[in-house]
Amino acid sequence: MSKLKEFDFPVEASHILMFARAVGDANPVYADPGSEAARAAGGVLAPPTFCQASAQFDPDYFLRPKIGGKWFGSGAEPTGDPEYLKGGVGSGLHAEQHFEYHRHPRPGDRLTATVRSGKTWEKQGRRGGTLSFSESITEYRDQDGELVVTARSIGVKTSQVVEQE
Amino acid sequence: MALEAGAVKVGDRYEVVVVEDLKRTQIVQYAGASGDYNPLHTDEIFATEVAGYPKVFAHGMLTMGLTGRMVTDYVGDGALKKYGVRFKAQVWPGDTLTASATVEAVREEDGEAVVDLAISTVNQDGVEVISGSATARLAD
Repeated sequence: MSKLKEFDFPVEASHILMFARAVGDANPVYADPGSEAARAAGGVLAPPTFCQASAQFDPDYFLRPKIGGKWFGSGAEPTGDPEYLKGGVGSGLHAEQHFEYHRHPRPGDRLTATVRSGKTWEKQGRRGGTLSFSESITEYRDQDGELVVTARSIGVKTSQVVEQE
Repeated sequence: MALEAGAVKVGDRYEVVVVEDLKRTQIVQYAGASGDYNPLHTDEIFATEVAGYPKVFAHGMLTMGLTGRMVTDYVGDGALKKYGVRFKAQVWPGDTLTASATVEAVREEDGEAVVDLAISTVNQDGVEVISGSATARLAD
């Protein structure tokens, strides 16, 4: 398992609020420190999949347009970067995601995300084409060096468009 | 309010409609919050004309997040020890998703009572879009 990258992930109350809204969760434990839910939980918490939003703080994250950089989404043309497609259709899809919680992050935590590569393997798709799987493991440690969340992600790259089930 | 050990048994099932008629705007909202701005999810022109999909589709992690709301509604805040899913089918604008948790085991782990759940989310046609599992701490 080689280390791919490491970056700081400050956990902020407004980011948790926006994330909870986006996943349709009105639980006040994610939004209101004065709520009964937050008091019972010892303060505001982050929702279970919140660590995925660490992408906001990954300086090199490839699915965020970079100021002054090329972007493969549409503008005057359907794609702003035809080169992008040479890597295959789309940039790969998410196959599995697993979280293990040692505790749940809270606003004010200053997490460090350390991403390591895991296993890789290939499989023949049911409709032809080769599926290439790769695993990555991200450890989120807090300001005291304690492990908070371990995330394991499996991505799949396809040699053709994934058809609807 | 955490789920209590005495109030849960194998086979119990909890179900919530976590989104009705999913809007493209909610997918964009998730892109903005999560930081995953992949145009496959947010840019219908790119998704159809360049990538060859019938329309944009939701991030798998949006479906996992929507489903997570069902899980935490059931087990309580801060109780989750593990939560994992496999993405099985795409979720499209207009989909209505129902997420469910079924109790598979009630047991001890590290000196505390925990519950193991099987997780499944299906669309309006009954197609499973994610399947997974979760383990949560139970209250005494």
